[in-house]
Amino acid sequence: MSHMSIPKTYKLFIGGKFPRSESGRVYDVHGPKGVFLANVAQASRKDARDAVVAARSAQSGWAGATAYNRGQVLYRIAEMLDGRTEQFVAEIRSVTGASDKVARAEVHAAVDMWVWYAGWADKYAQIAGNANPVSGPFFNLSVPEPTGVVVSVASQDTAYSLIGLVSAIAPAIVTGNTVVVIANEAAPLAALSFAEVVSTSDVPGGVINILTGSAAEIMPWLASHADVNALDLAAASGLSTVEWEKAAADTLTRIVRPRAAFTSLSVDRIDALVETKTIWHTKSLA
Amino acid sequence: MSFMEYAAAPESTSILNIRPHYGLFINNEWVEGRGESFTSISPSTEAELFTVSEADGRDVDRAVTAARAAYDKVWSRMSGAERGKYLFRIARILQERAREFAVAETVDNGKPIKETRDVDVPLAAAWFFYYAGWADKLDHAGLGANPRSLGVAAQIIPWNFPLLMLAWKVAPALAAGNTVVLKPAETTPLTALMFAEVCQQAGLPAGVVNILPGKGSITGRALVEHAGVNKIAFTGSTSVGREIARSVAGSDTKLTLELGGKGANIVFDDAALDQAVEGIIQGIFFNQGHVCCAGSRLLVQENVHDEVLERLTRRLATLRLGDPLDKNTDIGAINSREQLETIHRIANTGEAEGAERWTLDCAIPDKGFWYAPTIFTNVAASNTIARDEIFGPVLSVLTFRTPAEAVTKANNSPYGLSAGIWTEKASRMLTVADQLRAGVIWANTFNKFDPASPFGGYKESGYGREGGRHGLAAYLAKGEGR
Repeated sequence: MSHMSIPKTYKLFIGGKFPRSESGRVYDVHGPKGVFLANVAQASRKDARDAVVAARSAQSGWAGATAYNRGQVLYRIAEMLDGRTEQFVAEIRSVTGASDKVARAEVHAAVDMWVWYAGWADKYAQIAGNANPVSGPFFNLSVPEPTGVVVSVASQDTAYSLIGLVSAIAPAIVTGNTVVVIANEAAPLAALSFAEVVSTSDVPGGVINILTGSAAEIMPWLASHADVNALDLAAASGLSTVEWEKAAADTLTRIVRPRAAFTSLSVDRIDALVETKTIWHTKSLA
Repeated sequence: MSFMEYAAAPESTSILNIRPHYGLFINNEWVEGRGESFTSISPSTEAELFTVSEADGRDVDRAVTAARAAYDKVWSRMSGAERGKYLFRIARILQERAREFAVAETVDNGKPIKETRDVDVPLAAAWFFYYAGWADKLDHAGLGANPRSLGVAAQIIPWNFPLLMLAWKVAPALAAGNTVVLKPAETTPLTALMFAEVCQQAGLPAGVVNILPGKGSITGRALVEHAGVNKIAFTGSTSVGREIARSVAGSDTKLTLELGGKGANIVFDDAALDQAVEGIIQGIFFNQGHVCCAGSRLLVQENVHDEVLERLTRRLATLRLGDPLDKNTDIGAINSREQLETIHRIANTGEAEGAERWTLDCAIPDKGFWYAPTIFTNVAASNTIARDEIFGPVLSVLTFRTPAEAVTKANNSPYGLSAGIWTEKASRMLTVADQLRAGVIWANTFNKFDPASPFGGYKESGYGREGGRHGLAAYLAKGEGR
């Protein structure tokens, strides 16, 4: 007996739930030969704001989790992703027409990226912070802390629909930031299936929020949003980011500018999304 | 003179050798600016001190060109060890001329001589000494192997700690291998111009440090908009910081901003109250409250509010306001008439919005700009004086009942530069320190600065750090492996 397939409804991922766009809008996604693949939710301004609210309410709890715990959650993502390798290979291939070998390599790289960042969770503070030998009877320590809510634009190059998404999320959340990420518009299927991985990986709701749709439409609202602490535009080359950067200046939102090699494993990606807190305390025998 | 009064003990100004007129310092030479000359006055006497020429856009271009040439031909090619030696020389010369710099700063800025003598000048020298040692150790700064200098750094500094802010900017920039065009504040150019002489005495190669006095709206704007600048470092108001952030949007110019604050100084009921009172005073009345990281919001646990206020006002009654050159003076002059008006304008909203004003009963000199230490009690979190940076000797007092409420109130600000915690309970101190969204936390102390200690804000207090190993990141591009 042949089995009639059950196509998945691809929805947004906000606050640990899978809502449709409040706008009711979808856009259709096609494969390389124009074959219809899915009606994907097209996020609106309101969805973006909801995602920021979800990210904000999850932030202090995620930052307050122990680094060991965050590391295990990131590693769990790697485990869940690895177990779904075949699904992601198929989804990547369906959108881009990539060879099995190329698609598989991307999934493996994405898994390895999670493992790499997972290991940083309980080590990063040791390389980014230090004691400061001040001239006086004081204990003085500088430590990295998450910047807060990060809005990240995943690569819009369809050749990076999964690894581009992961490189837009992992360096932010490893230190305790929460993220709202704009997925690859033309190749969103891997991003939305990745939300299912997140959903089953002990990631608290709101830590990772994934929006599909047009970065050009959504980003102006997120860039000017007063409750957003950083814009990660590392993978946004090719998009017009100048107006977003100007809007972000109004609340001194931190900006990571577009750069090459945004998928490389780099501590610099973590550095860009933390603050340094310096704590002084008096010393005395009294 | 009655019992317990002090005789006047003024520091002599005979050590000063202020020129009647200063030009711009470009390429190790003094040149006349093409902008309009302006007069620098003493804020404590309103006496005219000297005139300065202002740099216009053409002068800025000339200075950036000089800095670029010095970067390409000399400074970026010099070994770190050699660069470090120049910085050590500068540190030593500042120490040698410390008395002269302290008097000059007090005369030009209006702050008490005991602060310039014990804080501003020694810290400025220490800043150069600290970063001098980094110049040949950049591989160990945690920025990867062979981190690269950026090029020409445009640096704009405020009037509240003129020489110290210069040191915060210039020392790490030069140690990292950049060259500098620095604009001192319009009302306090003197020690920056004297620093130009220090560069000459140190034999610093021409063009490595260039100093351009002028207004922010003319010289400052031309400098940040100059295409030849690779890095902008600004300390000043949040509104100007926003403008600069907007102007570099879309460019590769690296930017660090150290902006305003509305620091919360939290006093728990188990604190050592006399020490806390000293810390509260240090937090808001140091440097007339002209401190971006001032503890301008006092959060007192409700059950000790009355006692803290009683001790605080009793202690404040012993403070002496007056001639900044007098070694017994605690509170000097407000830096400018304009700033005095700003303080009046914001403080006047205090009573209008329902807070109660207490002002120190003290004699105010006839000439100059003065504001007596002032405390507002019964302040609501929504009041203007609890939200806006006053940048003057005005303290707003709020209360809280639980540690969680203290944290919420402290973080209820778009700023995030500093905060203070006063408690004898270490576990509470550490948890509160964790939860405060501020770049510098002082626990059982306040307003401490050190070249080894990173300083800078969260949120709208800016980004980037000055001081310590972290301060180098503002002036270097990361190397391999990072």
